[in-house]
Amino acid sequence: MARSISQRRKTINTVLAWSLGLLIFFPILWTILTSFKTEGDAIAYPPKFLFFDWTLENYAIVQERSNYMRYLWNSVIIAGGSTLLGILVAVPAAWSMAFVPSRRTKDILMWMLSTKMLPAVGVLYPIYLLFIKLGLLDTRTGLVIVLMLINLPIIVWMLYTYFKEIPAEILEAARMDGAGLKDEILHVLTPMAIPGIASTILLNFILAWNEAFWTLNLTAAQAGTLTAFIASYSSPEGLFYAKLSAASTMAIAPILILGWFSQKQLVRGLTFGAVK
Amino acid sequence: MGKITLKSVRKSFGETHVIPGIDLDINDGEFVVFVGPSGCGKSTLLRLIAGLEDTSAGVIEIDGTDATALPPAKRGLAMVFQSYALYPHMTVRKNIAFPLKMAGLDQAEQDRRVTHAASILNLSSYLDRRPGQLSGGQRQRVAIGRAIVREPSAFLFDEPLSNLDAALRVSMRQEISELHQSLKTTMIYVTHDQVEAMTMADKIVVLNAGRIEQVGSPLDLYRSPANLFVAGFIGSPKMNFISGAEAQRQGCATLGVRPEHIDIAPDGPWQGTVGLAEHLGSDTFLKVDAGALGTLTVRASGEVALSHGDKIRLQPQPDKIHRFDTDGKALR
Repeated sequence: MARSISQRRKTINTVLAWSLGLLIFFPILWTILTSFKTEGDAIAYPPKFLFFDWTLENYAIVQERSNYMRYLWNSVIIAGGSTLLGILVAVPAAWSMAFVPSRRTKDILMWMLSTKMLPAVGVLYPIYLLFIKLGLLDTRTGLVIVLMLINLPIIVWMLYTYFKEIPAEILEAARMDGAGLKDEILHVLTPMAIPGIASTILLNFILAWNEAFWTLNLTAAQAGTLTAFIASYSSPEGLFYAKLSAASTMAIAPILILGWFSQKQLVRGLTFGAVK
Repeated sequence: MGKITLKSVRKSFGETHVIPGIDLDINDGEFVVFVGPSGCGKSTLLRLIAGLEDTSAGVIEIDGTDATALPPAKRGLAMVFQSYALYPHMTVRKNIAFPLKMAGLDQAEQDRRVTHAASILNLSSYLDRRPGQLSGGQRQRVAIGRAIVREPSAFLFDEPLSNLDAALRVSMRQEISELHQSLKTTMIYVTHDQVEAMTMADKIVVLNAGRIEQVGSPLDLYRSPANLFVAGFIGSPKMNFISGAEAQRQGCATLGVRPEHIDIAPDGPWQGTVGLAEHLGSDTFLKVDAGALGTLTVRASGEVALSHGDKIRLQPQPDKIHRFDTDGKALR
């Protein structure tokens, strides 16, 4: 009896999980389908799900009109650069908070997190003016710095959580063995925290890749990322749904593939420490 | 060389004075055991010597040099931790070689020392395994190997055997003692287990609430405990304490008699009823309800045909009776 109940529950859970998954994935699926429609089919009512004239025309036009590779390259540089810089700053920060905590460490962590609750638009004006002053407007360097700062609280928090799981005695053993601070972080802490660091890098890369507010406001022709590339197809003046969808599909494809291949790592990283 | 001197060493965490002030001399080549109940400050004292904690006041000298402000790596000491603290991502070989790598020794010298340490500790066939693939005893040996390759002036052991099962603990205890005899290096060993202290130490330091209660050889502490605390802590089963009229009659506040120093004698002055009899074959432990004297533990050699409810008379060995004043200090 118990067995049949658990079997039924299992089936219900599976159906629920798949339904929820499909619900979440549906907008992406719809975007991908729309990218293969003509502009007419894209706005047809009732909507056409699978039975329409499949075409690659939108992709050709998008390729022709804009330099996809440049946007892609900007995205790679900005997401990669901000992640790398963030990790370099966050590893020592998380180390000190996890292993040499002071009475204020918890407050600092909470304060860092609280900055994520500030609406980004609240600091747009000062940052914009700073960017003008420093000549960083529409530069990849500027975007790398700003995205690194925006995501730093999350990186520090994630690494702090992973580092807390590492027994302090191992680091003390390294100190007894003659390791200086650099050796301790480089040879002992980092290799032990590799799974955590990898998932932090991955998550941060995805966040930076998908970031739209700052990339749209602080870039123009030179440093525009794929989010700016998508936005350039969003125009109220004509029927561009299919082209917009093609651009979106092209923009999300790399990160979708990356996420698909690293999903195990990502899930393990995000649930790290949940169960001892 | 491995002479360590503590001069008025103090440690406070905020308002809590964990170590109110300790003076201690540890001679070169000595096996010193810090023993005491949980929270008595023994591990803190070891960590102060190691440099893993900063002293609040006082001076720590290692081989005559003031090491109080030196970082752990510069003190020339090696430590073996309770949790082994091995590097899980490194093989046994790399774990043992790590301190040598940090010291900048060339590869050939590293290999030579690792091979030598592995042969002493029977680890030669495990050198390419990771700590996760080893048993508890093997891990502890790797931790010791990592300590000995550095050829330190002293070894610090922080309850190294408490994660092992009873049988392994006994054999590792012997291995550490043999290691001390062959290396002749100073060893400081922290434990809460008085049996470990008694069997391994040249010198025992009994700690209580951050203070040294007594320092001496195991048999000194056993024969002449300085106070009630040491008398109760050293020796197993615990010393019997008797207060009241019997103690007053003998001119003290508390009488102490070890279970092995009470004989069962038909004409003994104390009488009681056997409450519990534990027959171990080699010994028999009796819990005897001795009325006003309280419950006494008696250790009789060999097999003794007594059981619950039997009435017996007891004779304490007169030269083995300890007497303590009202402050708990031994009267000599």
